[in-house]
Amino acid sequence: MTALVIRGGHLIDPGAGVDAPKDIFLKDGRVAEVAAPGKLKGTNGAEVVDAAGLTVAPGLIDIHVHLREPGQGYKETIASGTAAAAAGGFTSVAAMPNTVPVNDSPEVTRWMLAPERGAKVRVYPIAAATRGSKGETLNDFAALKAAGAVAVTDDGHPILKDGVMRETLAAAARVGLSVIQHAEDTRMTQGASMNAGPMAFKLGLRGMPAEAESSLVERDIRLVTELRDARVHLHVAHTSTAAAVAAVRQARRNGLRVTCEVAPHHFLLTDEHVGFYNTNAKMNPPLRSAADRDAMIEAILDGVVDAIATDHAPHATHEKEVEFENAPNGITGLETALGLCLRWLHKEWKLPLGRVLSLLSAQPAALLGLKGRGTLAVGSFADVVIFDPKAEWTYSAKETRSKSHNTPFDGWTMQGKVRWTISEGRIAYVSQ
Amino acid sequence: MTATATPVRRQLHLPPVAPSPFPYNPGSLLSVQDLTLEGISQLLSRATVLEAMDPLERDRILLKRRIALLFYESSTRTRTSFELAAKSLGADTTLVSSLSSSIEKGETLKDTGLTLRALGAEAIILRHNSSGAPWLLEAETRLPVLNAGDGMHEHPTQALLDLRTMLQHLRPGVDTVATDTLAGVTVTIVGDILHSRVARSNMLLLPRLGARVILCGPAQFLPEAAANAGPGITVERDFEAALRASQVVMMLRIQAERLAGMQIDLEQYKTAYQLTGQRLAEHAAQAVVLHPGPIIRGLELTAGVADGPQSAILEQVKNGVAIRMAVVERALTAQKQGGRA
Repeated sequence: MTALVIRGGHLIDPGAGVDAPKDIFLKDGRVAEVAAPGKLKGTNGAEVVDAAGLTVAPGLIDIHVHLREPGQGYKETIASGTAAAAAGGFTSVAAMPNTVPVNDSPEVTRWMLAPERGAKVRVYPIAAATRGSKGETLNDFAALKAAGAVAVTDDGHPILKDGVMRETLAAAARVGLSVIQHAEDTRMTQGASMNAGPMAFKLGLRGMPAEAESSLVERDIRLVTELRDARVHLHVAHTSTAAAVAAVRQARRNGLRVTCEVAPHHFLLTDEHVGFYNTNAKMNPPLRSAADRDAMIEAILDGVVDAIATDHAPHATHEKEVEFENAPNGITGLETALGLCLRWLHKEWKLPLGRVLSLLSAQPAALLGLKGRGTLAVGSFADVVIFDPKAEWTYSAKETRSKSHNTPFDGWTMQGKVRWTISEGRIAYVSQ
Repeated sequence: MTATATPVRRQLHLPPVAPSPFPYNPGSLLSVQDLTLEGISQLLSRATVLEAMDPLERDRILLKRRIALLFYESSTRTRTSFELAAKSLGADTTLVSSLSSSIEKGETLKDTGLTLRALGAEAIILRHNSSGAPWLLEAETRLPVLNAGDGMHEHPTQALLDLRTMLQHLRPGVDTVATDTLAGVTVTIVGDILHSRVARSNMLLLPRLGARVILCGPAQFLPEAAANAGPGITVERDFEAALRASQVVMMLRIQAERLAGMQIDLEQYKTAYQLTGQRLAEHAAQAVVLHPGPIIRGLELTAGVADGPQSAILEQVKNGVAIRMAVVERALTAQKQGGRA
């Protein structure tokens, strides 16, 4: 294995409580030593990365991405999706199971983890909770965990039946897995393609009410309460409504293990950004009202939100060049997350840099129990992002490493340019 | 819960919404909001001129120009009047409908539009079951696109012909409009507002001329959010109260094809919202009765009202040809300049 020295940078490692100039020695895929500038010992022959003037932080972790393999390689592959991840500063991504076939088996999970997939950064498969994500029969969680799955979810096919969801929570807890729920009561969103409200009425589109999200979050929290088992962990994916965040906040006050993530588009955009049927502003959950968007910002600032996750959902251009109602849900997000978080959460809304980075690394690692990730403490995986915190740049979707270009952030000004991304000691990305 | 979200403590500076690039083509008519009041006045006066013109002279205006009608939904009035309008200006028209074309084989709207353009179409008149489809077609082809009704969204030529009909009754001789042209006029739109593109186009157009728009119907067909669609719009559930305030009553059909599983008690609906001769005589004896068609006699209105002296339904149909002549002429003659509202 190669050895790398990162010299002259400013280390921010919120998990280890470090915010100081440090040099770092990476060896055999792990962090071998962290020392004051010029004080590293025994680094002879190591390649040197000059991080003068740059911020060094644990590699970012995105716990909600769609890598589209197996089955939909025309949208994205594990290789292209992880290349985009590396370009965005991410060194670990958790891949959702809505592949073709659905990742509901140890075979698919292992297939995704095989070296032949060409992953540039670490992939953590999240397995389907039920067979075929049909919400009826539970999968073998112990076998999925043994194959490498880090959580279970039916993602875009939320588990509506109380009994099935209760059993999913209990069974996952028994083997130490988290349950992630895409909270949407799909009985309330039939035929709907954007947020319900004045904008949907104006555009003549059927709307998804905020209650479709919040009522399922409330139902799930009730099930967690009833189970009375401290091992049960419910994670609410891509929270988008004030009411859902309020429910999570209350559950936490009640001592429950309920966590949530928010996607950059939900703390930046509103349903007004749909404009005249921009299919790159169509995703599920949809862009919500200004009040909901403001509640996402507030929940991030006041600490209720545990992670920023992108819900990176690539789709081919031809799939998005259709009538709004017929377009698939989802936008890409891996390359824009850090730039948007630094530009808006940090620079604009004054969230300290350490907390921004924690939401993108230490907290998501803790949430899914990803051992040795999310920190650069000695012995941890050598997953590092090195970025210029002051650099402003403009995102261009056509230069993406993803196979797809479906982003509403094309042409947006970002802050904080990634210079190097190092995954388990190997350089996974270097900026031009 | 949404409305009572935690107030944000900080003054938020937020990313702006980008300005709309539409319409790309100055000849397009996607929404009534694309038109300035001056633009509306021009269309109204051109409609009057074109209607009165010698057919042989009119025939030369767009002689041999090519216009495609692209229809993804069935239509009698709109299709025929657009076709007659284009032909009476001398244009060649061709009709592509979803049931007898490659659309059945899975060709997308983008590819169908590009194909029509390659065949020489200089403008496309589009009727589509998906809201927003004309915006997609215009962005992809950059041709003048005339929205002949998109899903539940807009039907701008219908609103213009409705306006012409209202002016003939309430402001005879007037064919230029200003912000006070319809001051003091209340227009009540009744019935299935939720699924109605006619209602949306009218409620966005009429208040700009000073009219007050009352939306009337049961909650299923009329969400409270409708009142926020624009200025000058109010919601009134009591049909008779709305009638008493109205100079114009626009009845709408229940759009069975768009109900998406919604259950409607028709007897209850008729009891509350059917326009009967008795209701009209008692509460709005002077009002003009409009209906965009197709009418379902015995449901939203009785046969007696449809055929009665207050009904202007067939005048609307006639005005459709005049308005569409003006809109088609504009499509192929409009100059690139700041034509947006």
